[in-house]
Amino acid sequence: MSRSRYTRRLPAAALAAGLALAVSACGGEAADPAAPAASASSAQLNPNADLSKQSVTISVWDGYTPKELPQEIKEKLKVDLKVTLHATNEEIMAKLTAGADTGLDVAFVSGQYAQALNEAGLLEPIHPELIPNLANLYPEAKELSYDKGNTFSVPYTWGTTGICYRTDLVKTPPTSWNDILNPPAEAKKKVTMMTTERWLALPALKVLGYSVNTRSDEELAKAKEKLLEAKPNLLAYDDTTFGARLTKGEAAMVVAWDGWCPTSEENVKFVIPKEGSDLWVDTMVVLKSSKNKEAAHAFINHILDPKVHGWAASNILYKVPNKAAMDIVDADLKAKNTPLQMTPADLLQGESIIDLGEDSVKFTKLATEVAAQQ
Amino acid sequence: MRRSRLLYVPFYATYLFLYAPIAVLVVMSFNSGDSPYSFEGLSLKWYGELAGNAGIRDGLVNTLVVAAGSTVLSTVLGTLLAVGLARHSRSKVLDAIGVLPAVLPDLVLAIGLLVFYASVKMTLGLHSVLLAHTVFGMAFVAAVVRTRLTHCDTSLEEASRDLGANAVTTFFRITLPQLAPGITAGALLAFTLSVDEFVIAFFTAAPTEPTLPIVIYSMVRFGVTPEINALATLLLAVSFTVVIVAQRMTRLTESLS
Amino acid sequence: MTRSTVSGATAAPRSRRSRAPGRLAFLGPGLAYLIVLLLVPLALLLSYTVFRRGRFGGVVYEVTGENFTRLLDPLYLGVIASSLKLATIATVIALLVGYPTAYLIAQLPRKWKTVALVAIVLPFWTNFLVRIYAWIVLLSGPGLVNSTLEGLGLGPFEFLYNQGTIVTGLVYSYLPLMVLPLYAAIERLDPQLREASANLGARPARTFVSVTLPLTLPGVVTGCLFVFVPSFGNFIIPELLGGGRSIMVGNLVRDQFLKARDWPFGSTLALALLAVLVVLLLLQAWSARRA
Repeated sequence: MSRSRYTRRLPAAALAAGLALAVSACGGEAADPAAPAASASSAQLNPNADLSKQSVTISVWDGYTPKELPQEIKEKLKVDLKVTLHATNEEIMAKLTAGADTGLDVAFVSGQYAQALNEAGLLEPIHPELIPNLANLYPEAKELSYDKGNTFSVPYTWGTTGICYRTDLVKTPPTSWNDILNPPAEAKKKVTMMTTERWLALPALKVLGYSVNTRSDEELAKAKEKLLEAKPNLLAYDDTTFGARLTKGEAAMVVAWDGWCPTSEENVKFVIPKEGSDLWVDTMVVLKSSKNKEAAHAFINHILDPKVHGWAASNILYKVPNKAAMDIVDADLKAKNTPLQMTPADLLQGESIIDLGEDSVKFTKLATEVAAQQ
Repeated sequence: MRRSRLLYVPFYATYLFLYAPIAVLVVMSFNSGDSPYSFEGLSLKWYGELAGNAGIRDGLVNTLVVAAGSTVLSTVLGTLLAVGLARHSRSKVLDAIGVLPAVLPDLVLAIGLLVFYASVKMTLGLHSVLLAHTVFGMAFVAAVVRTRLTHCDTSLEEASRDLGANAVTTFFRITLPQLAPGITAGALLAFTLSVDEFVIAFFTAAPTEPTLPIVIYSMVRFGVTPEINALATLLLAVSFTVVIVAQRMTRLTESLS
Repeated sequence: MTRSTVSGATAAPRSRRSRAPGRLAFLGPGLAYLIVLLLVPLALLLSYTVFRRGRFGGVVYEVTGENFTRLLDPLYLGVIASSLKLATIATVIALLVGYPTAYLIAQLPRKWKTVALVAIVLPFWTNFLVRIYAWIVLLSGPGLVNSTLEGLGLGPFEFLYNQGTIVTGLVYSYLPLMVLPLYAAIERLDPQLREASANLGARPARTFVSVTLPLTLPGVVTGCLFVFVPSFGNFIIPELLGGGRSIMVGNLVRDQFLKARDWPFGSTLALALLAVLVVLLLLQAWSARRA
């Protein structure tokens, strides 16, 4: 009896396995990383397309674009704009790289992620003829190492990573990444470092004089030692709420992206350590799967309008790579928030973080090793 | 009946524990300032902000659609499965498949389904979240119903069959009424889990139709704002009211006990 | 085929007439659903474990065994071990707190029973993240608990960002999942059994150990499972309440899928996680049969 029951079930199991294989086979084509990215024949876009027949869906970080943007776009371009939100690069990447039909036209992601999306063949090349406002960008913004010449991405904001600190909680202002790794007595257990692996490793790599894009196992091993030594003196690893921790006095010194450091508070200051730092760029990309590519380009063009682009600098206090936009930022605001004073030349002192391809998993392992250490 | 007073310590501790953070967020939702650490004065302004937030409104509607749909589906499929597994199968393999979704880490299911949807070229939307939530919802309903079934008196079912009723009739006339409390509890659990589920929803929802936890997650990047606390307070108040009304209307008391 | 007697029915084979259509009607829909939306996706992930990560993420379809070699790295085994520890502690605490709670709820008058039960699940209807952040507000350096203690001349204490807060967060998040099945099991108990035991002279503790507990064991097992599993695979609580200073196996899986974009290795870790859970389930089933 029991034998007959099992044999009856076998075909079903075989069927399920076969189905799984068939499905995985066609999944393979969709996510084939070998597909050449930039060279893929992109459909010729029509500069005179009737935009009112198109709509644009973007995915962006909360608060990163003006609330009124949909109305503005509707009035100016006759295009319906739908704004959706993602919290981190990683999440939107997972969705996009799975090859699922997300319905997105434009995504906001950081430079190295744009690079990876392009390598995976998921991006539409930027058609400069459809974005006349590209002329507003600083020349330096066209020389970014993850995408020289802005062939598949358009920079939206840029900045660097440094130390954000409370002047009243530390005796001497920090000047070096060493102040984070070996904090003075008054700041012990009041320091936070980033969780995201590339920025977690940055202070240690810079102190050791290595590149943030290192692929060397030996250099990463040394960086790991530094990070493990630093761990007992840390409050937490945090790359979202460090600003709040600082203002309420839970932390005295935090590793921070410049725009996130609450420098408008009286006793909060931001410094780029003497060993140097990175240059990060948040970009806009058009997805190959988009059915509204003309409208997507028109959207990006609208963002690069000095008034619109300047909004980001004035309201979220991120520098934008747009000269005309930076010029209209209120002088008082710039005086108060010192990171806004950085010039493109200052920024280019920082090393641009690029995706390291097969070596990038080394950084993930490094972060795991640091976090797992008790 | 004698009952040790000592038992009341964990009883009250449980409720204190469950509600301490809830109390914090309710109080902070009426804070006029925006720091969660200092109460600056009483204000309703965050509720005003909330009313104007279309993203939250849409998210709430999406969540309710998904939760209601997947609860219905989960309850039907889960109950049938529980009875089937308990009464019509002795296969350990089938048992294991039945509990698998409940013991599967959400992230594994989320990624697996995302890959699957992509493979069959399914467009993401509320339906894809609803289908995903039903996978674990069904398992939880089945588990709760089975707990009840194991100790249900089988003699009534046997009698029914011996008197010539087929399995389906026996199910509707005998088994189902006995199981009602378990089914209600299972449905409640499935609904509750769906409403608060984030990881699976995140990966299987279309970016254009996020559920409420996704909306909230993208808003708490800088920590929780009082606006979110106001939302949580409202959700609490609404669910409380719904439960009270439901209790009045459907005698939930009896079905639960 | 002989008719089974009414009393000895449970395990005896039933007549074919009632079984065949019954089996299909009851098991068919649910199993079909689970095959398509659970087993096929899992099979997809399983097939990934023998492939390689592409240079920039994605999957390269070349068969390799390297994912399994990487899995044996003491780093990952250590994280799995420490996750087991934390999830076990959380489950035990949840059981110790949840059992008396469920027991008392079951003894309440009908009206209060519903209220007490609903009050257990109600916190779930706010938002998980919001509740976790509320804990941070409560426990942090300048938070409510510390300022209260300071008023009493104590502290300040460092409550947050250690394994203790991770366990607290896990218990907090999944306690309702312990109480509900326990309640379902306890409520079903025939009070006459306990009375009989008491009448026969057993002390309450003896009655509990030899009557109540064995009869509610299925509820205990279900509850422990419901708490242990999500605790074991959790990654948000270690990150927020643990301050990222400790990680659990859920973080490993998440990091491979999201940060490293190494889906093949992520799938391998995910299935290893699943394997650990399956082994535990088998052990539990085995011990239950011996008991």
